[in-house]
Amino acid sequence: MGKVMTGARMIVEALKREGVEVIFGYPGGAVIDIYDELYKTEGIHHVLVRHEQGAAHAADGFARSTGRVGVALVTSGPGATNTVTGIATAYMDSIPIVVLTGQVPTKLIGNDAFQEVDTTGITRPITKHNFLVKKIEDLPRILKAAFYIAKTGRPGPVVVDLPKDVQQAKGEFDYPEEIHLRSYNPVYEPHMRQIERAYQLLEKAERPVFLIGGGVISSGAAPEVLELAERLNLPVTMTLMGLGGFPGDHHQSLGMLGMHGTYYANMAVANCDVLLAVGARFDDRVTGRVDAFAPMAKIIHIDIDPTSIQKNVKVDVPIVGDCKRSLQRLLEVVKEVGQPKKYWQERFKDWWEQIEIWRKRYPLSYKYDPNVIKPQFVIEKLYEMTKGEAIIATEVGQNQMWAAQFYKFKKPRTLITSGGLGTMGFGFPAAIGAQMGNPEKLVIDIAGDGSIQMNIQEMATAMQERLPIKVIILNNGYLGMVRQWQELFYERRYSQVSMAVQPDFVKLAEAYGAFGMRITKPEEVEPALKKILEMNTLCVLDVIIAPEEGVFPMVPAGKATTEMILV
Amino acid sequence: MAERKCTLSVLVENTPGALARIAGLFSGRGFNIDSLCVAETLDPTLSHLTLVTRGDDQIIEQIIKQLRRLIDVYKVVDVTEEGDYVEREMALIKVRAEKENREEIMRICEIFRCKIVDVSPKTYVVEVTGDQNKLQAVIDLLKPMGIKEIVRTGTIAMKREKKTA
Repeated sequence: MGKVMTGARMIVEALKREGVEVIFGYPGGAVIDIYDELYKTEGIHHVLVRHEQGAAHAADGFARSTGRVGVALVTSGPGATNTVTGIATAYMDSIPIVVLTGQVPTKLIGNDAFQEVDTTGITRPITKHNFLVKKIEDLPRILKAAFYIAKTGRPGPVVVDLPKDVQQAKGEFDYPEEIHLRSYNPVYEPHMRQIERAYQLLEKAERPVFLIGGGVISSGAAPEVLELAERLNLPVTMTLMGLGGFPGDHHQSLGMLGMHGTYYANMAVANCDVLLAVGARFDDRVTGRVDAFAPMAKIIHIDIDPTSIQKNVKVDVPIVGDCKRSLQRLLEVVKEVGQPKKYWQERFKDWWEQIEIWRKRYPLSYKYDPNVIKPQFVIEKLYEMTKGEAIIATEVGQNQMWAAQFYKFKKPRTLITSGGLGTMGFGFPAAIGAQMGNPEKLVIDIAGDGSIQMNIQEMATAMQERLPIKVIILNNGYLGMVRQWQELFYERRYSQVSMAVQPDFVKLAEAYGAFGMRITKPEEVEPALKKILEMNTLCVLDVIIAPEEGVFPMVPAGKATTEMILV
Repeated sequence: MAERKCTLSVLVENTPGALARIAGLFSGRGFNIDSLCVAETLDPTLSHLTLVTRGDDQIIEQIIKQLRRLIDVYKVVDVTEEGDYVEREMALIKVRAEKENREEIMRICEIFRCKIVDVSPKTYVVEVTGDQNKLQAVIDLLKPMGIKEIVRTGTIAMKREKKTA
């Protein structure tokens, strides 16, 4: 027999059982009972955001940076709809969050009651799963299932919609230790025959490429990636979501591939004969024109989600399984066969020579200008000064791509970025979540002047929590990525991309009680970064950059990845 | 790749929203649904759903995988792929039945083993059961008489057992 308590109490108890210490939320009429229980509870810290979208992104940033489930709590109606962008962001990048939404009492559902919205209906296509709790008896099991579904298999967001009368009803709290769902059985262990086939392809390869994606980060497979890459002497390239899954400063790293990938990564993939893809889903930003993607390659694809395999590209050796376990099995085969390191060194010597030619021909670069700050220079300096150890959140657009190119992420969970959905306004609230989850670490949001204004209200949240986040605004006065497309493909018709009126970001920071600073010259970059990195408060560094600087290389949408526009 | 018809037999948790999830999956990913039939099974916690769709092999593979990915979906079987199967659909056809063609309609019904389930001075309601080809044949034959209304159930299907031990 479980203890009898209200639904609201059960929710708080369940959070404790799941080891939740931080939640991000915003109160309202339909969750006031849960907030009342939080008031009486020790051990769960509630971060009061300023907009519910911020709560969802913060929970997401917490999850990305810690590997634990992030939790958001919001009220019904607009509270729930405001989280939609955040939920979709987490869904596209397979991030485990649980979003608890209040709902009008069950007897009012469907009556167009005040602050009623069909939350499960709205969030169905952007959640891994969602629940509407109709009876208090179902509540403990559903809460358990929500966390279980969010973090197992291919992770993702789960919404639990909680009618007010269910929160107020009393019932027995029997929280299951474990849960089994007969219709949900993710496959973790790969098929050994397929692993062997993968090895045989690699052993016979002449020009292999190891492509890693976000699945490597979420399954914690970075050590296995490093071991396999070093042992087999494989060139490694990463998707945006895979950055940090292999050390960016490693000599075998080719950096990111795809639309804004490096010349040598794209050339290597286009010319490889075996492509070992792990935890990547062959998004159009990675493949470019699909029929020209790795045209000569036999493709081995390891992914926990069977729907990712054979979705966009034809795969020769499909392997359904957890990335970490699959790579462990592959390593076992490698060791069992026991080809010496020399075999692989010799085997791929010519291939590496070719790659080095490409690398030397078009390294990642930009033209330094002594009169105006180049954004790439800021990121390079930041990388040097933080030794590549900071947690970097980004917004979306040029700022995101410059960060991905010039900050050589060394460790998993250090790049917090909206890869799939491409959500502007994601970075700053996500940084709040990351800082809450990593109080000892340096957390930086690399922003653009457009993106930062989409969730700038969260400055108050960061101040209230005394979070020493560093926001670096690469301010070009434009919606830069759209401007770049207009420059390149629309004959410089700059339609609605000029942010002619902007707040004074320095004064704005000060208005929130944060530290603000503006720089306009290259020689100011290093001292300014040094200053903010030493400060123990929220800092906003407004960096006025070259207004029409572009992100290069660039593969135009729909073109082959070898058709790059270089600097 | 050639498009083919595909009949899927899906067992799904009998929970609110399960059908909406499946329908949403098809609309959201641009798959087709030609027909859809849902009913309870012997186990009241599971519903059975027969779904007829179309696509090339790669699309059908995606449809099946995407269905399996839904948390509420217990089992998906491609009935059309795994050998022999029985397929049935029922239609109720309200057809104009005047003096001159009443005999003819009854003859058609006899040949196709249909039932006349309602009679009015000017109409018959014909109940026909069979696979899609049979239904289409009956409809084509009755059309010249003047079909006033038609309601179809959508296809249900079941795999045949092996005939030899």
